[in-house]
Amino acid sequence: MRIDLNGAPVETRARTLHDLIEEQGFAATAVATALDGSFIPRTARAAAALTEGARVEVLSPMQGG
Amino acid sequence: MFYGTQLNSRLMLGTAQYPSPQVLREAIAASGAEVITVSLRREGSAGDAFREILRQSGCRILPNTAGCHSVREAVTTAQMARELFGTNWIKLEVIGHADTLQPDPFALVEAARILTEEGFDVFPYTTEDLIVGERLIEAGCRVLMPWGAPIGSGQGLRHREALRSMRAHFPDVPLVIDAGIGAPSQAMAAMEMGFDAVLLNTAVAKALDPVAMARAFGAAVAAGRAAHDAGLMPCRDMATASTPLFGMAELA
Repeated sequence: MRIDLNGAPVETRARTLHDLIEEQGFAATAVATALDGSFIPRTARAAAALTEGARVEVLSPMQGG
Repeated sequence: MFYGTQLNSRLMLGTAQYPSPQVLREAIAASGAEVITVSLRREGSAGDAFREILRQSGCRILPNTAGCHSVREAVTTAQMARELFGTNWIKLEVIGHADTLQPDPFALVEAARILTEEGFDVFPYTTEDLIVGERLIEAGCRVLMPWGAPIGSGQGLRHREALRSMRAHFPDVPLVIDAGIGAPSQAMAAMEMGFDAVLLNTAVAKALDPVAMARAFGAAVAAGRAAHDAGLMPCRDMATASTPLFGMAELA
């Protein structure tokens, strides 16, 4: 299935957000996630199903003012 | 002072635009700041090093929603920040104009209401508009952060009299001058006027020597606060001699 991960198209076998984080090699506790513009808490990632064209954001701490 | 947290330093420092991670680390230490602002961005390769700097600083983290232009973006970003940083504090920015980075007051109030209902301690980046300030308080904000001037402009306190009115209008609300400060004298002026803290970033990060400038800002903010507490003399239109005339010799 093709999804959009941090603005780039990605081909994935993951069916949930939890599996996607694992598949893509993110440190699960060091990132925050959103699916189609809505925040998905860490504990809800396993239940968050991915669908074709889903927009996933994986964010981490960055410099800011 | 700020949602039940007392701070010794009244300088809050941004962490962006420093020439190197090492300079950032030293600048935080030199400034004496106990609160530093951070953002959330797409996971990159430098994430680990930055997390380590945050940990080592020992500072309280104030995540921002910088770059958000809508209520939805800002609320989602705040929710993500809360999980990642483990704090209810959020510097709420909802930008209304690309050139001035002026806050969108309508979206700001709406986002502030949603976030306070969700238990966030909202630090709203706002203008000196009194009515917007009142709406933010009604929405549940216990701190207001009026801009000094557009973000990154270094113009200082562009609407000084309006800020003075704001200070007088909200005597019991912690007010933080956020954005636009370019020089320690401007930060000091804000503190002399009775503002509770100053938040800045570019003026330190873009100085020739950011660590020395961080130290200068820390000293200026402390001096300004001390001056405010000491009670400034009133301004006069005409001169008044400070040396007594009594006992003066007749030499003419």
